[in-house]
Amino acid sequence: MGRIRQDHSRFRQIVRGKIRRNLKKYISRGELLGKQGKDLVSIPLPQIETPRFRFGQKNSGGVGQGDGEPGDSLGQGDQQPGAGEAGQGEGQKALEVDVTLDELADILGEELELPNIQPRGEKQVVTERDRYSGIRPVGPESLRHFKRTYKRALLRTIASGQYRWDDPVVLPTREDMRYRSWKTITSPQSNAVVIYMMDVSGSMGDEQKEIVRIESFWINAWLRRQYKGIETRYIVHDATAREVDEHTFFHTRESGGTMISSAYRLCAQMIKDDYSPSDWNIYPFHFSDGDNWSVDDTAACIRLLREIIVPASNQFSYGQVESPYGSGQFIKDIREHFPVGSPDCNVVCSEIKDRDAIVGSIKEFLGAGR
Amino acid sequence: MIQYLKVKSLPPELWQWRTKIEQVARDEGLDFFDTIFEVLSYDKMNEIAAYGGFPTRYPHWRWGMNYEQFSKSYAYGLSKIYELVINTDPCYAYLLEGNDMVDQKLVMAHVFGHCDFFKNNFWFSPTDRKMIDTMANHATRVRRYQDLYGVNTVEEFIDVCLSLENLIDLHRPYIRRHPPNSERLKLDDLPDELIGDVDEVPRLKAKEYMEDFVNPEDYLEAQRRKRKKEAEQQKRFPLRPERDVLLFLMEHAPLTRWQRNVIGVIRTEAYYFAPQAMTKIMNEGWASYWHTHIMTRHILADSEIIDYADRHSGTTVMQRGRINPYKIGLELFRHIEDRWNKGRFGREYEECDDMAERAHWDLNLGLGREKIFEVRKHHNDLTFLDEFLTPEFCAEQKLFTFEHNPKANEWQIASRQFEDIKKKLLQQLTNLGQPIIEVEDANFENRSELLLKHVHDGVDLDDTYAHDTLANLYKLWKRPVHVWTRKDDKEVLISHDGKKASERKL
Repeated sequence: MGRIRQDHSRFRQIVRGKIRRNLKKYISRGELLGKQGKDLVSIPLPQIETPRFRFGQKNSGGVGQGDGEPGDSLGQGDQQPGAGEAGQGEGQKALEVDVTLDELADILGEELELPNIQPRGEKQVVTERDRYSGIRPVGPESLRHFKRTYKRALLRTIASGQYRWDDPVVLPTREDMRYRSWKTITSPQSNAVVIYMMDVSGSMGDEQKEIVRIESFWINAWLRRQYKGIETRYIVHDATAREVDEHTFFHTRESGGTMISSAYRLCAQMIKDDYSPSDWNIYPFHFSDGDNWSVDDTAACIRLLREIIVPASNQFSYGQVESPYGSGQFIKDIREHFPVGSPDCNVVCSEIKDRDAIVGSIKEFLGAGR
Repeated sequence: MIQYLKVKSLPPELWQWRTKIEQVARDEGLDFFDTIFEVLSYDKMNEIAAYGGFPTRYPHWRWGMNYEQFSKSYAYGLSKIYELVINTDPCYAYLLEGNDMVDQKLVMAHVFGHCDFFKNNFWFSPTDRKMIDTMANHATRVRRYQDLYGVNTVEEFIDVCLSLENLIDLHRPYIRRHPPNSERLKLDDLPDELIGDVDEVPRLKAKEYMEDFVNPEDYLEAQRRKRKKEAEQQKRFPLRPERDVLLFLMEHAPLTRWQRNVIGVIRTEAYYFAPQAMTKIMNEGWASYWHTHIMTRHILADSEIIDYADRHSGTTVMQRGRINPYKIGLELFRHIEDRWNKGRFGREYEECDDMAERAHWDLNLGLGREKIFEVRKHHNDLTFLDEFLTPEFCAEQKLFTFEHNPKANEWQIASRQFEDIKKKLLQQLTNLGQPIIEVEDANFENRSELLLKHVHDGVDLDDTYAHDTLANLYKLWKRPVHVWTRKDDKEVLISHDGKKASERKL
């Protein structure tokens, strides 16, 4: 592809560098979420432009062609209509560059210095499949490969001069016979599951939900990169818990009291039913504003965590978003019962005050390498 | 040079048409260098277009960026590069593989128009027709520097220079600004290797690898210091405001030899492309004029008329919001031809006030064709529009000016008056629509600081861009840099000291 390949890849390198440096801004502004295509995320990069002396927007304007009266509108906003020219000049528009989700996850890992997740030996689940892609000279008659057999027989007949053009008869002998045989193909199966739990009681507003959405996008991207594929389950709760799909998870508007134990109970049930810890890497995430109903309920939560959920998981993560209505007590309770900081502890807590804190929170969650 | 491309020579049918079209073009009076056509796949086309037509250019990520944009545009069906032709002798022109025959014929006719323009228009006369080789030399030089000093170092330096790429003196190749000074080395006289090494210090001729021995750096440095002291004793430095800022930096900024060379490369290429920017409307108009004439009178088969009309109207579509150079150029040439055929020029016509008489004026002079050949020889866009734009033309073409209305935050049509339109057009075309920046004082406040001046003509500079550009300028000058300008009608000095930008009112 000639000379352009070098310059083109140099450009992509620079783009990657720019994305890295501005990652925090992109994350906190949640800009990338809306622009996902199939596998590509589209990122606007205005900073690629070379700065030069040029005129400001005021007093510029220009000349156009067409119908209309003085006072008619040509378009909204700051961008000059019809700006930019095709042809041999270079465009100075804000550039949109496509990046794959994998690349994005890599950039995230580089920028936040996330450790790769250490694989847990027993949990490599592999599926085995047999594919009939080989040939061998012996086998059961049911696996006979007609074409190959016939070909060999024909070859032998012609080579030995026995082939009659006017009366073609080909008889395969035992040596000609060919049979299908199989190869065992192993494919690693997705063996990580992320269970998202979110408090949707009255105290969680749209802004909080947006923060959760942004965080979950990046966590998903990272985990997807680390494991061959992940499953995600979504639980919402207020005073009761139920499983939902992704869309409902982010858009539901409940209101009610908050009993976190309901969510944990459902989560524990999910683990028991579908995800055996010996086969699965489990990552429960819980987001709430920390305002639980009662001390008794909190005690029930702690018990559930300690007995069922935490031992089964690679890492249990709790994110507390700040809400004007919540008391923020829950995170203190968790921290009390699960001494965070000790190397055995696989419980991680994080407080997320606002959008700018998302980056720090992601680093806390994913920084342990579990 | 271009051998690395897997190109197809023209298939026989195309070759026949090409010969025929060339013959028609020459018969009509078009005069051009030999033209070599090549057919390229869309990918190769995007690649060559990314390099501005010269695949032998120095390595830089900007070509990669262009390539990405062109490829995406193509992939999403937004635009296709139909033709590419470069100003060289012989001319190279590229056709897009997969276009149907009508398109290819149209493109070939269009290309011949361009080639004639390149050869005959006065503003192109000083351009280097062997630019392909020159670009290749530039690339070799840059690559050598990359080997010697590191890819990143060189790339960062080029990035800084590109920031100042537009600070050249557009009229320099055509007039003599300074009185001839036998001591001052004229750039055009120097062989290629020395262009980047211009000092005002006399030096012994030496091969490049012997440079350091024959003209050792400390001797040159001593000479430079001597000259600088002499210059300081002069009243001003530079004596007159210097518009060729790049040249000034090459000569006087504290740079290493390779850095001067790189600025030289960028400057040479900027000067090469400048005439194309200065004559965009005329060039496209001229080529469109000829492709219509050649196609409709000589080349088109009856079955192709509709496809041709479709294609042609696509290139000359009027969009609100900006002028289409193809359309304006074409119509203005036709307008001129019509006027000179009918004798609608000269004092009598100008002084005639009667609208009806003007509308029916027809002296049957038949001078139109001759006139447009003459016009294409002498004018650039600015003079073209200045001289030939008329109120009738503006009305016919439905031209208007538009402005930004900050209250409604929208762009609105402002005026259909001839004077306003003409003024706006000329303003946009002056200095290629870019602010005029000159070196005013290289020893500002007697502290070796660089003062640039923005010659203000009604429009303020963009602040953020100015700050960033000054930051880059600092990297070259290595002392604080300033630009004098006006903002909201008040004099303002924008400065940069290497760490941050600042502004103060004067």
